[in-house]
Amino acid sequence: MARYGQQKASTIGTIARRTFLIGSTAVAGGAAFGVWIYKTPYGNPLETGLSEGEAALTPYVKIDQDGVTIITPRAEMGQGIHTTLAALVAEELDVNLEDVRVEHGPASKAYFNDGITEEAVPFAATDHSEKAERMRGVVKKVGKILGMQITGGSSSIPDGYIKMRTAGAAARAALIGAAAKQWGVDAATLSTDNGAVVSPDGKRLDYTQLAVAAADIKLPKAPKLKPRSEWKILGKTMPRVDMVGKSTGTAQFSIDVRFADMLYAAVKMGPYMLCPIIGHDASKAEAMPGVKKIVPLSDGVAVLATNTWNAMQAVKAIEIEYDTPNYPADTEGQIAATAASFDAEPDGENRNDGNVDEALDGNILEREYYVPYLAHATMEPMNAAVLLKDGRLDIWVGTQLPTQIIKEAKKHLGIGPDHVHVHTTLMGGAFGRRAEMDYIIQALRIAKSVEGTPIKLTWSREDDMRHDAYRPMAMARFAAKVENGKAVALDAKYATPSILTSQMGRIGTSIPGSDATIVQSAWDQPYGIPNYRVRGYRPEIMLPLGSWRSVGASQNAFFQESMMDEMAHEARVDPYKFRMDLMTDEASKAVLARVATMAKWGSFLPKNRARGIAFCLSFGVPVAEVIEIVQTENGIKIDKAWAAVDVGIALDPGNIEAQVQGGLNFGLAAAMTGEITVKDGAVEQGNFHDYDSIRMYQAPSIEVAILESGKKIRGIGEPGTPPAAPALANAIFALTGQRIRSLPLRNAVDFV
Amino acid sequence: MVELVINGQKRKVTEATEDTPLLWVLRDELGLTGTKFGCGIAMCGACTVHIDGQAVRSCSYPVGHVEGEVTTIEGLGNPAALHAVQKAWIDGQVAQCGYCQSGQIMTAAALLDEVPNPTDLQVDQAMSGNLCRCGTYPRIRAAVHAAAKLMAEG
Repeated sequence: MARYGQQKASTIGTIARRTFLIGSTAVAGGAAFGVWIYKTPYGNPLETGLSEGEAALTPYVKIDQDGVTIITPRAEMGQGIHTTLAALVAEELDVNLEDVRVEHGPASKAYFNDGITEEAVPFAATDHSEKAERMRGVVKKVGKILGMQITGGSSSIPDGYIKMRTAGAAARAALIGAAAKQWGVDAATLSTDNGAVVSPDGKRLDYTQLAVAAADIKLPKAPKLKPRSEWKILGKTMPRVDMVGKSTGTAQFSIDVRFADMLYAAVKMGPYMLCPIIGHDASKAEAMPGVKKIVPLSDGVAVLATNTWNAMQAVKAIEIEYDTPNYPADTEGQIAATAASFDAEPDGENRNDGNVDEALDGNILEREYYVPYLAHATMEPMNAAVLLKDGRLDIWVGTQLPTQIIKEAKKHLGIGPDHVHVHTTLMGGAFGRRAEMDYIIQALRIAKSVEGTPIKLTWSREDDMRHDAYRPMAMARFAAKVENGKAVALDAKYATPSILTSQMGRIGTSIPGSDATIVQSAWDQPYGIPNYRVRGYRPEIMLPLGSWRSVGASQNAFFQESMMDEMAHEARVDPYKFRMDLMTDEASKAVLARVATMAKWGSFLPKNRARGIAFCLSFGVPVAEVIEIVQTENGIKIDKAWAAVDVGIALDPGNIEAQVQGGLNFGLAAAMTGEITVKDGAVEQGNFHDYDSIRMYQAPSIEVAILESGKKIRGIGEPGTPPAAPALANAIFALTGQRIRSLPLRNAVDFV
Repeated sequence: MVELVINGQKRKVTEATEDTPLLWVLRDELGLTGTKFGCGIAMCGACTVHIDGQAVRSCSYPVGHVEGEVTTIEGLGNPAALHAVQKAWIDGQVAQCGYCQSGQIMTAAALLDEVPNPTDLQVDQAMSGNLCRCGTYPRIRAAVHAAAKLMAEG
């Protein structure tokens, strides 16, 4: 069995060599294809990488004598996107999903994401007016012009739903065209059957035989897509393309990339991400076992050694001097700065229905909420493997932003786009963390110091946890009035340092205006409170911030939905009914009603049990969740959970269920235990002993219902997360009468 | 120099020192990258391997201390000859990012070796040292029971 592992390693070598070969010989007999039907400003990135007898019919379909390869240019971070995107192509191309190879493909602007911009429009997801749709059309074009290949924002499916199916249908039409030419018949008489073109009299030509000829066929401008009633693959639970690899240890993550002559790197860093290093002493490290080279970086000092362990041991012996952070040095100071932002001008006023100031008189409910910073804590710590040789750069890395690496290579190494080859690997979790460039830039610079030798940089868990781009600390202040069992007024203020400014700043972009993530899933919730105002406030940025699964919704749902519960309690109305009475959107009502039915909401529970309910519309997906908890001798146990979601169209129900279950657990983990604190300018937590996650014995059973209102297709990687925290906090209130207004909840109650 | 028996084969460790954790010997020197690095302090279980059938955390196990036979995920089974636990994992479509799953599977296999038909409580107790940030726990729980059934059926 040991040989098996070695074979795996040598396979990477083979792939790398093959890639080099193709790169140096340009198009060797491979057939290039004409204008991509969408008239993109970008060429087909596959055309330069073809080998003899291989054709790239569209940027998404490559066929050679061995079979069909589907390019799925969104990063697989666990959300199952390679399977669903491949299935979209396979459905129209008429091939079995089991028979195709699936590759992420190269970094290219051709793989721009035009689904990600939709969250940025100032219209609620429930707004289907002509004006809202027109604006969405405009921002889609922005996505294309920017040409940014990005995985995030639960956008891959909305982005790929038409695009990928069109690619499959166009390639199929070209293959039929090639067969028609060969047989000298009218293409309209031909059909396809599972990877072959067939004639009315039963003759067959496999796609693999037709590929090169098909490359000369003009693609149809708008190939007709199958109606849903004819789907053979889509709409049903399908086996994931990466499941066997991930169950046998053979799946390739970037941390697994090896070469025989590789040097292994670790890095000593200051107390926060990108902290400038102004001096160091590596004399002790230099003498340690296996150490080959010390490489000073702007934000760290790296060690290259014969294995990762030696490198990690050696960096511990390096002493560094660094710039003092320019933010309040402890959590208390940062909370004070966040609270102070409420006294400044708002960043934006996103909703102002009725007259809140007038309505808020008499008996007013005033409440303040708080959540701490959170780390992403992906299971696979940040890492990248790089080979810089003869002016060519190859990087193997788990990244949500491959096209940005091309820019960073130019900036940091002066290598032009044509010489940069990004191999986006599977990633052991991302949750937004792998949209960052910090660890990648370090790996590029380390590789530059030993040109010709492949290197792999691996961060320790402590590096990863202390140099994150965190989910921000945030606060909310509410003033509310209820009367006769109904909400009359809600004045909601949300204070969050700007994620957008922080993360865009790191890739050299600035976004003017207010930051929509501050009030994300807060201003646009489908509650018809007659007097309802939502404002965002923008404290200074005190730690580097990034996107964390569901972004602004991750904290805002906790604030808003805990407050809704408080209002329901004040109004002496059942919290489910209270929400239902306010809801203005049919799909949202439907998920709320469904989850209540599933959880038998309102039915008898013994005294030691209680349920909590919460709702959140994020990324266009209405999600309602109920959590049932039980008081045990050892603390509160989260026993059962139910979730109802509406994704518009469900392409893979089994995977949607998995994403909702996982998203819910991710939200519970943060709600129970997630807390990053700062002391003396440094993040205190370093590993899973002081930044734990939910574990098997704490995880509830989770039942998921998938609704399909059919209005628009939506992504489901994130929306399962936001309602989990408030549903749990609301359950604790129902059980104990204790209203907990700050996270994590374990600071106030004990969990098993 | 340390000599090990890994997945039924004798392997010599020439590069790493004896205090190097088994994990890094497996991954960097021997190329068995199915065993993953997660935390380095035995808190997450991603590095779980078997030594004489017992689940251990290879990130915190100096290679010089290894006395028994080591089995890694590659030795448990492979795509052409799956172990029952791996088959149950695939049938149950457990993995999401998949990074923790080698360790989860190794822990589950060791549990089922000792307790062929575990209760939910026994599954929870055995598996709670293995973190999964994707939150695949409901499917892991189901897959452990499914694997027990597969193994009972032979």
